[in-house]
Amino acid sequence: MRELTDGSTAIVRGALAAGCSFFAGYPITPASSILMSMLSELPQVGGVAIQGEDEIASLGMCIGAAMGGARAMTATSGPGISLYSENIGLAIMGEVPLVIVDVQRLGPSTGGATTVAQGDVQFVRWGTGGGYPVIALCPSSVAECYALTMRAFDLAERFRCPVFLLTDKEVALTLNTVEVEDYRDERVRARPANGSSDGDGGAGQRVYRYEPADGVVPMRLYGRDGTVRFTGSTHDERAIITKDPVTVGALNRHLIDKIEAHRDEIELATLDDEPGAETLWVAYGVTAGAMREAVALARKRGDKVAALTIQSLWPVPETAIGRAIDGGGGQIRRVVVAELNHGLYRREIERLAGRPGLDGRPEVAGLHRIDGELITPSQFLETLS
Amino acid sequence: MSIVHAAGGTSVGSLATFRNQTPYPFCPGCGHGTILDRLDQALVALGRGPDEVVIVSDIGCSGLSDQYFATSAFHGLHGRSITYATGIKLARPELEVVVVMGDGGTGIGGAHLLNAARRNIGITVLVFNNFNYGMTGGQHSATTPPDAVTSTTPGGNFERPLDLCATVAANGASSVYRGSSFDDDLAERIADAIRTPGFALLDIWELCTAHFVPSNKASRRTLAELRERLGFAAGQIQTLERPEYGAAYRAASRPGASTVAPQILEPVYSTDLAAGLDRRFELVVAGAAGGKVRSAARTLAQAAVLSGLWAAQRDDYPVTVKTGHSLSQIVLSPEPIEHSGSSGRPDAVLVLAEEGLKKIASLLPRLGEECELFVLPAFAGLDSPARKSIFDPAASETKIAKTELALFALAAVVERLDRRQGGPGGPSTLFPAGALEEALRLAGGSYLEKNLAAVRAGRQAGRGA
Repeated sequence: MRELTDGSTAIVRGALAAGCSFFAGYPITPASSILMSMLSELPQVGGVAIQGEDEIASLGMCIGAAMGGARAMTATSGPGISLYSENIGLAIMGEVPLVIVDVQRLGPSTGGATTVAQGDVQFVRWGTGGGYPVIALCPSSVAECYALTMRAFDLAERFRCPVFLLTDKEVALTLNTVEVEDYRDERVRARPANGSSDGDGGAGQRVYRYEPADGVVPMRLYGRDGTVRFTGSTHDERAIITKDPVTVGALNRHLIDKIEAHRDEIELATLDDEPGAETLWVAYGVTAGAMREAVALARKRGDKVAALTIQSLWPVPETAIGRAIDGGGGQIRRVVVAELNHGLYRREIERLAGRPGLDGRPEVAGLHRIDGELITPSQFLETLS
Repeated sequence: MSIVHAAGGTSVGSLATFRNQTPYPFCPGCGHGTILDRLDQALVALGRGPDEVVIVSDIGCSGLSDQYFATSAFHGLHGRSITYATGIKLARPELEVVVVMGDGGTGIGGAHLLNAARRNIGITVLVFNNFNYGMTGGQHSATTPPDAVTSTTPGGNFERPLDLCATVAANGASSVYRGSSFDDDLAERIADAIRTPGFALLDIWELCTAHFVPSNKASRRTLAELRERLGFAAGQIQTLERPEYGAAYRAASRPGASTVAPQILEPVYSTDLAAGLDRRFELVVAGAAGGKVRSAARTLAQAAVLSGLWAAQRDDYPVTVKTGHSLSQIVLSPEPIEHSGSSGRPDAVLVLAEEGLKKIASLLPRLGEECELFVLPAFAGLDSPARKSIFDPAASETKIAKTELALFALAAVVERLDRRQGGPGGPSTLFPAGALEEALRLAGGSYLEKNLAAVRAGRQAGRGA
């Protein structure tokens, strides 16, 4: 059974399948179709979707609703992420599970509203003060839009943090034929019926836990778990503001470790290996589609090549990338990172390709377009000659 | 022990305090502590539990407030407390959500204030209005009075102060009150505001003894004089019965038809009529916005899927809506399509409008001789190496409306390109044009008959020339 549909529709279906019950967003091309679909779908299943007065309000409403127990999502494009910035920091600090869809368009600034790009790949990672980790998933097909949206909700819940679904105008809005059996339902962990409650009641209840640093305790929700405190300022485990260096250090270590120490739960990448291949192509999102088509063409004409599609961009899937580079016996001489920007993710690959312990350091090259057009399979093939 | 008279006139003793044991951190003479005591009394009067109340604060001295309450609390970003409160109220309508913010927050978050009033979301906003930014050094705010001296208006304030009450009242707030921290009945007024189902705002004037008082010789008396001078209303300014946003939203919510449910496209043709395409095929349709180019292209793509092919459709259009170009690029293949972008060498091009033509002008001279170029009569003179065919809707017995042109021409294109081997009924080389009609029937809609007529006329035009 097949259908003709686009990534935006699959994202909305994935959100509904994951139990999303709150959506707030502000219109922006090319993310508006997600907003409109959520506005029409959520009230039908007892949820709430609202168009905020701006992006700041939209993400603020999502954070508030999430603290009230909703599973919240928002969707925007690069200019909207700019306005989300401060609230992203709040969601990190307050440990609020959220899914933020970024349908990338060409920047900087207004750029090209209806033009594809992958220029937000570092922006979503570093887009708020402090540099604390976030999770970012990146679907490279319509079917992956569905599965990774569900996974984004699960990871947001598991790690109590904002999770980005980084997509782009082409994946979101280009219609493609999908084999319905290819939609994979991801597990979305149920929220415990009651959040942790081991304090002294009233304002003294512990809502966070910093020891062990990588542990994540279940959320306590307004209206369900007694009185619940929340603050964006440095705070102790009862969410009382503090500047005590020991507590603040433990809090911030926890915000890092709860994600960094569990990279293996987040890593998602697909390696298409080939014995004897000396070139490894690396791509994500829409560019990975062109790469996979190029792999088929290359092999048809007898060229050997390995290809890595990255579906979890942040944290960087270091194990999968390392394995792709040296897994086949260290014969990879050249890594080509293809992306619709001027080499923004390439630096992560360069960092890993240069790791000591690898038998010889492969050359890392970039294949880029910043003109609003897609990288084509033939551009990939040219890198083999 | 504090006593507060609830709206009904009943005297309610302070049986449970919503304050915790922590002493306030505010400057001597600051009004914040007084207002918070009145809020505490109001909450006692309302008789709800501390876990049924969320105090939402943001930045500045007033933003410290939630810590002194035993209720649930949310302390967020400067000026954004109304947005968090809105989210909480929408997710948990049964909770009392009380926003505590300063005049600074109302300035930076002005858009939220306006829109919360317009929506009439059921939250209560207490503005601790002391006419300056106390915490950061006494800078001027949106409510600083004319001529007032602050650290950022050393020569006096030249800006008109924002009349918070008039603003939210004009925009539909259910309850609007202006008073001061010195009001004897402030606790009752706060309780009344919280009882209001819709949006309620209290603009509570008070003294910042750290900055505004010393710089402007302000006192309880000058606050009253200032209000007179500005001509701002006081007391209960507005009481308006309007549906609360969340209640109205929930009342209007009901199950209905999903807009994202999959539309399954099962191949409907028997094997001898199935698509015969054996390679990747690219078609570019160059039209104008408003010409139903994208929906006609979608019909073609769906028809191809119904015939057993894989199809992808990539559209290009400017940010304008009913003007400018509308390009659809359709890729058809017997294999799944991973890359839906153009190869730069389309197999067929259809020109429908000047706007689209301009957009693909550089492509035309580069087309190979094997490329098929289809045009309407207006573009008969186009110069290109491609094989050109002209479809004339005027030659059709059916009158083709402007909005049906794209569908007409695409039907002609499919009919022409699908060269049956061994004559009608023989194996297809693209896909049978009849699948277009099947795709239209699946989609249905009030334009079905017109669309079917356009496709039939197009198919005839495709066979004819």
